Amino acid sequence: MSDRPIIDIRHAAKSYGSLEVLKDISLQVQTGQIVAIIGPSGSGKSTLLRAINDLDPLSSGEVWLDDIQVNKALPTRQYETHINSVRQNIGMVFQHFNLFPHLSVRDNITLAPKMLKGISKAEADQLAVEQLNKVGLLDRIDYYPSQLSGGQKQRVAIARALAMKPKVMLFDEATSALDPELVEEVNLVMKQLAEEHMTMIIVTHEMGFAQDVCDRVLFMDQGVVVEEGPPDVIFRNPANERTKNFLRKHLKGQH
Amino acid sequence: MGLDFSVVPAFAGVLLTGALWTIAITLSAAVLSFFGGIVFAVIALYAPLVIRYPFRLFAWLFMGTPLLLQLFLIYFGLIQIGIDLPAFVAGVIGLGLHFAVYNSDIIQSGILAVDKGQYEGARTLGLSRIQTLRKVVVPQAVRSVVPPIGNNMIALLKDSALVSVIGVAELTLSSQMAISRTFRPFEFYVAAAACYYVINLGLEAGLRRIERRIQLAR
Repeated sequence: MSDRPIIDIRHAAKSYGSLEVLKDISLQVQTGQIVAIIGPSGSGKSTLLRAINDLDPLSSGEVWLDDIQVNKALPTRQYETHINSVRQNIGMVFQHFNLFPHLSVRDNITLAPKMLKGISKAEADQLAVEQLNKVGLLDRIDYYPSQLSGGQKQRVAIARALAMKPKVMLFDEATSALDPELVEEVNLVMKQLAEEHMTMIIVTHEMGFAQDVCDRVLFMDQGVVVEEGPPDVIFRNPANERTKNFLRKHLKGQH
Repeated sequence: MGLDFSVVPAFAGVLLTGALWTIAITLSAAVLSFFGGIVFAVIALYAPLVIRYPFRLFAWLFMGTPLLLQLFLIYFGLIQIGIDLPAFVAGVIGLGLHFAVYNSDIIQSGILAVDKGQYEGARTLGLSRIQTLRKVVVPQAVRSVVPPIGNNMIALLKDSALVSVIGVAELTLSSQMAISRTFRPFEFYVAAAACYYVINLGLEAGLRRIERRIQLAR
């Protein structure tokens, strides 16, 4: 039971008409592992990430969270109930934050726990305080998203996802929309999560961060995993020509 | 015979009572039209087709026929099928549903304008479709359409004069009662117009306050 992967993607494939965006991808992630997915835009990395909580359903293949199949074929109504309970275990952080602009930071964090876990207002407030403390934004608890910087918004979005106590966190280019000087504060929060052994799957363009934090790196191109391995190998000594090309272009100016 | 406004103060009580009824019917119908508008908008966008199509017919009936006719139908017509409503209730229902249909159109556009990321943000937390609509999408949609809905509410206030024809003693009917006693239509219609104007100022001030509060909460 200890070596059952927390996330198990089996032969994932997806196409839009004749365009194949994912071609037979399999990926196992163990509890506590941190996996980076890198690759050029249009390579399918975000689609793969979004398939994990069935936000972008696969055309074929299976996604498992522990012992539950995420993308189970069910009648609409049963599927709704099923996917909603599955998603409570999978936190997701988006490029554009997707905070709720009409709610305060506190309510952004407590909305889902209050509605889905039946906790009291006091417990919810306690939860908001805990999570905001973690991301260093306790003093912003009564602010609205429009009053925050991009980096702060993303940290609140992370706190919101963590408040559901997920088993896995997915990051979809979490720092791509941020001004360069705001990237670090979000990276720090993600590093801290890594130190707490949160299982994370991170789609990123930040090779330096991937190298520092991740246990494994997947390089995707044109819907397939071209190469995967420990960051030292992928970044310093990639075997595949496409990986080399991509890294050469990407690391220019970063190192 | 010249104009003589000195007859008006003697009927101040009648006009004031009428004004209070106008305010009561406007506010009641406004609340009905607001929440009705939200419900209609959600039906129009998300309900299964078997509900959506009859609803469209119903919406078309309310948009495509005169409000006056609708009031007659609700007040006089429904009695024939055993629904005998007090005039005030019939007036609130008529005005409220009529403007709910207009509000629904506006709220629909507000719902469609909510960013797709908002749905994704809510759904990935595990919220259901309905919870997402109720807690995330509709509140934002309603906030973004408060100004045009406010305009509808001002139109509603003015159209509330129509319920005088089914015997609600609101401002217009009250001024007519004063006229029938004094034969001074000009003075009392002007007096009634002044009352509408003042009520309108109050309504606009209220709407502005709501708009400002909503802007703060964004």
